[in-house]
Amino acid sequence: MVAYYRPASLDEALAIRAARDVMILAGGTDIYPAKAARAGWGDMRHKDVLDISRLADLRGISAQADHWRIGALTTWTDLIRADLPALFDGYRRAAREVGGVQIQNRGTLAGNICTASPAGDGIPNLLALDARIELASGQGRRLVPMTAFIDGYRHTVCRADEIVTAVLVPRPATPARSHFLKLGARRYLVISIVMAASVVEIGHDGRIGAARVAVGSCSAVPQRLGALENALVGQLVAAAPDVVAPIHLATLAPIDDIRASGAYRRHAALALVRDLLSELAADAERRAA
Amino acid sequence: MQDRPAARDISQVSFTLNGQPVSVAAAPFASLADTLRSELKLTGTKIGCEAGDCGACTVLLDGAQVCACLVPAAQAEGARVDTVEGPGPDAVTDRLRTAFLAHGAAQCGICTPGMLMAATDLLARQPFPSRADVEDAIGGVLCRCTGYLKIVDAVLDAAGATRSDPGRPNTVVSPSNHGLQDSIALRQAHGGGIGQPIDAMCTPVVGARMPRVDGWPKVTGTDAFGADAAPAGALWMRVVRSPHARARFALGDLAAVVTRTPGLVAILSAKDVPGENSFGIFPNMKDQPVLAPGLVRFRGEAVLALVGTRQAVETLSDAELPIAWQPEPPLAGIAAALAPGAPALHAGVTDNVLARGNLKCGNVAAGHASAAASAEGCFETAFVEHAYIEPEAGYAVPVGPGPDRIEVTACTQAPYMDLDEVARVLGIAHARVRIRPTACGGGFGGKLDVSVQPLLAVAAWLTKRPVRIVYTRTESMASTTKRHPASIWAKSSADAGGRLTAFEMQADFNTGAYASWGPTVANRVPVHGMGPYKVANALLRTRAVYTSDTPAGAFRGFGVPQAAIAHETLMDDLALKLGIDRWAIRRRNALDHGDATASGQILRHSAGLPRCLDALQGDWDAALARVARHNASSPRRRRGAGIACMWYGCGNTSLSNPSSMRITLARDGTLTFLNGAVDIGQGSSTILLQIAAEALGLPPGAFRMVVGDTDLTADAGKTSASRQTLVSGNAARLAAEDLRSRILALANAGPAASLSLEGPKLVILDGEASRTIDLANLPALSESKANSRAEAQISTAVLSSSKHGLADSIALRQAQGGVEDSVVVLEGLGTWDPPTTALDENGQGIPYATYGFAAQMAEVEVDVVLGTVKVLEIVAAHDVGRAINPTLVEGQIHGGIAQGLGLALMEEFIPGRTENLHDYLIPTVGDMPPVKTYLIEDAELDGPFGAKGVGEPALVATAPAILGAIRHATGARLTRVPVLPHRLWEALRGKEAAQ
Ligand SMILES: Cc1cc2nc3c(=O)[nH]c(=O)nc-3n(C[C@H](O)[C@H](O)[C@H](O)COP(=O)(O)OP(=O)(O)OC[C@H]3O[C@@H](n4cnc5c(N)ncnc54)[C@H](O)[C@@H]3O)c2cc1C
Ligand code: FES
Ligand code: FES
Repeated sequence: MVAYYRPASLDEALAIRAARDVMILAGGTDIYPAKAARAGWGDMRHKDVLDISRLADLRGISAQADHWRIGALTTWTDLIRADLPALFDGYRRAAREVGGVQIQNRGTLAGNICTASPAGDGIPNLLALDARIELASGQGRRLVPMTAFIDGYRHTVCRADEIVTAVLVPRPATPARSHFLKLGARRYLVISIVMAASVVEIGHDGRIGAARVAVGSCSAVPQRLGALENALVGQLVAAAPDVVAPIHLATLAPIDDIRASGAYRRHAALALVRDLLSELAADAERRAA
Repeated sequence: MQDRPAARDISQVSFTLNGQPVSVAAAPFASLADTLRSELKLTGTKIGCEAGDCGACTVLLDGAQVCACLVPAAQAEGARVDTVEGPGPDAVTDRLRTAFLAHGAAQCGICTPGMLMAATDLLARQPFPSRADVEDAIGGVLCRCTGYLKIVDAVLDAAGATRSDPGRPNTVVSPSNHGLQDSIALRQAHGGGIGQPIDAMCTPVVGARMPRVDGWPKVTGTDAFGADAAPAGALWMRVVRSPHARARFALGDLAAVVTRTPGLVAILSAKDVPGENSFGIFPNMKDQPVLAPGLVRFRGEAVLALVGTRQAVETLSDAELPIAWQPEPPLAGIAAALAPGAPALHAGVTDNVLARGNLKCGNVAAGHASAAASAEGCFETAFVEHAYIEPEAGYAVPVGPGPDRIEVTACTQAPYMDLDEVARVLGIAHARVRIRPTACGGGFGGKLDVSVQPLLAVAAWLTKRPVRIVYTRTESMASTTKRHPASIWAKSSADAGGRLTAFEMQADFNTGAYASWGPTVANRVPVHGMGPYKVANALLRTRAVYTSDTPAGAFRGFGVPQAAIAHETLMDDLALKLGIDRWAIRRRNALDHGDATASGQILRHSAGLPRCLDALQGDWDAALARVARHNASSPRRRRGAGIACMWYGCGNTSLSNPSSMRITLARDGTLTFLNGAVDIGQGSSTILLQIAAEALGLPPGAFRMVVGDTDLTADAGKTSASRQTLVSGNAARLAAEDLRSRILALANAGPAASLSLEGPKLVILDGEASRTIDLANLPALSESKANSRAEAQISTAVLSSSKHGLADSIALRQAQGGVEDSVVVLEGLGTWDPPTTALDENGQGIPYATYGFAAQMAEVEVDVVLGTVKVLEIVAAHDVGRAINPTLVEGQIHGGIAQGLGLALMEEFIPGRTENLHDYLIPTVGDMPPVKTYLIEDAELDGPFGAKGVGEPALVATAPAILGAIRHATGARLTRVPVLPHRLWEALRGKEAAQ
């Protein structure tokens, strides 16, 4: 029988985490399907569970002086309904495209990055938002940049005694806009074949001051496209789509699977990144007009 | 260290359930869905996947829709939970129920609770949603039956929003709308179940949009599906399945495992099967073991059955069992199985070819030679999963010491075939077996083969205790049949006017590890493979090939949808080559009254394809113009229109497939319709009742129904091959006519007399004369008849007359000692078997009594950069002979179109890789285009009131119409489905390279 812990405070949770080999459960939207998949082939075992859903302090989004703090238990629906600036448009768009409403109501933003699926829709957004992940343990707290948080296929740096407590998103120096595009084979409830997220800071002159672009489902870990980001700086936003070249996606390593071929993924990633930038450019133009 | 708060194995969870406080002892990690169903006995919340993929388990948690299968019971603590059993906030759920019933939004009903709760969530937050809002709200609930359109309409209706949303109109152009929908819906709204007589309101009954008779339990969550009930104390069973596609295995000491595992009662293996350890559709092809005897032929094959407490069977992992595997190289796919030197997968079938079919008429070589144009191509289709939302489930009960009999209660499409199989595997007489079908949460052919039935029967027989099982989604997908993947070569030729001069096809079907319905596919395709066209010279050959893949069986169309992709693509090729419009070339070749089919059958009546095409003509021309306008300014998002035709023979191919129906009138005036045709959601219970009521001349509400129980109803044959409306419909009509003529004879009344039934008084009004028969004074039929029929005990069965009357009919109470007031005094019997003849060695003869015909048009938009396809609209014209119930017919068409769309664009079952509903994709509400329907009624004189089948025809034309539209949009001729984005992109790239 699976032992089940549902503490009411973070300290208690951390104590259990330190003392036992437990699996953290937040919204359960990744844990239960994984359990069903194993049981379907006769593997009935399950780790003991540490349910953190009572840690109310971990839920919600708050604006701080230089960053936003997104509590680990914040759900996709919370993100959709929160009052947030355009910087979050891409992340919120991802939220609306995750699963169906049932999943949005339960799935947490931290759970999404902890699962660390190559197709996790939150991940490219948090990469583009330059987020940092806050982890707590009995030893205290530490911050890990999103670029370092996922360190391998479905693996993160979260230690066995740690709990992710928040995602911190820095305020950009200049107002920034963001966007997200997801490609799947059906309308709802679909795992991304490819997705791309971008945050751009656009100066008054219409030139890109800083850009971050990330692509998912095209490598074991979703990646930022550093070469493209560098190439975009200083460009007129209207010209941004034309800057994108296949070489900028050279670091991706898309594979063939049931959803698509690797060659197609590489092509689609390029197209999606271009689309992403042209929609951002069109948006900037609309605002300027 | 001290655990604080302590780890809890079982804890008390308290919450507010549908407004009432509850407290339940539950395992905290058990899902809320399981807790509601198992501990609180609220089985309205359905479980279709336990993975968040299907949404059948949707409930409201603190007012927000969630998948109850993903919520730990512990997290319900202190929460507010609303389920389908409750009225919903501000009675929103109740309002939705009524709308669902009136719109025909529930077919099988397994998704309905989830749909209702998702819609409740929406309407509680947003009283006046748009169509897009509704789609977003129910986007997380899958429905495999309805194609979603009527569900969205129902939600909008319940919201009081206007139904004429310009964005996505759903037009129905139906000749037989008698305008009764509103009056009947009104009655429902006022709580009058249709068990209460609908009287004159429903005359004529045939053609009326009557709500389904079994609809109310479906919209209230009280319908009992396979997993919803079992005797208290039933043992649970879990099947251990092969992880290998082809392997030998040896078993160690199973008894030791039983001994050391608390709660485990038995581990069954092949040697425990008391009778023949084999089952299968055809008497000479029973090649699939109940439990594998040391050799497995596909991944997912049953090896052992664990029987014990639920806790025991769900705790013991396969890895703890002594099974020593010796994998062998599998033959995956047709090519591997046909390769020279490939090992024989079944003894006696050295070439791995299970069955062959053929048709030959005229001289194809001469036909091709005389043509102005020829086209040929190779086509590939994938395994397609039925993806009914209800996984297989049921229970078996041994009756009497011994046991004397076995009763198997499970979801099924074919109770009498199940009976044969159960008798065989137990090695007992047929009379000792009873099959009691539950409500069936979708079938589409997948529940024609047995799944749980033999396993349950063996386990209950041996343990002498009731045993139940519920398949997991993974197990259902890995172990039950699929649509046959096809590998087709075809060639078609036409003269300069576009008239077909020859058609040739060689089609191989991957029948997987076991025979199942392979021979049916091999035999049906040659008859239909050239399409619904006149062609004097044809040569078609088919093979069903054994492989090491999942068994392929029956799936809506038995190979015909695969063949339609070939013949329709070639039709477009010929049109292109000859410079003829695609609509026009089809119209020119369409089979019409008096034409001969390629099997030499003259279509004397009901051949309405020309009328279907004529109905589409205006839409077709408009679509072509619209598409051209759009494309002139849109290089990336290209639109295209496609058109396809189909035909489909109703009933078995050249085989007897009779149905028998019985209607009884008891002393107390109880009128009972004993109907052995199981309703798998398509609506046969309603259709057959409408037919019976019309033919007898009494309103549908006067009937009580007994449906599909092998002890109580005669064999109506299986629910497949689009045969129930035609075959059982005729049997129902004959039974009603038989009863009517007996009544008229008793009253000495003429054929035009009208009947009414008031308690035990049967009033016959014949012109001016009125006679009353007091049924209470008639002798019991059993007394009056010397030889009591085998099914005479039926007369002792009465229905529980609950407040929902007819609607609850399936929950029947069998009165053992005979119930005085329901002694049968009059009965009507009807049996009908479609008139067919055997096919000769060239496939010539009369394979079917009648055919359904259709033409469908698709309009799509293709993103040529990403290779994605969006279907913008489908226009469907179907010749159904007569729409007995237009709402149900439209429901079949919508649902068929959704499945055709899935076949074309997204569905591909790959053994071992897509065994769940997130890797295997079926269309969601957001993928379904608006559908415009034309119901063409070219009466079938052999059909009941002119009707014929529509179940399978609905699906066949959709995929080829979509492929034609993609080609029109992009020039890419796709010959492999599904057209996943990467495949379309590759085709477009190839086309670019070629230029
Ligand atoms: C039908 C369906 C559709 C889906 N669609 C999408 C989609 O479109 N896009 C997408 O990206 N995802 C999708 N998902 C996946 C899932 O919903 C998300 O990844 C979700 O955000 C996970 O959050 P959770 O709270 O439910 O995680 P849980 O299942 O509770 O946990 C997930 C993992 O994270 C760990 N974890 C959770 N919280 C913490 C924490 N605070 N600290 C450390 N570890 C933690 C858990 O131990 C576990 O390993 C879908 C899931 C389902 C069932
Ligand atoms: S059973 Fe919960 S989503 Fe399928
Ligand atoms: S009615 Fe929706 S799945 Fe059957």
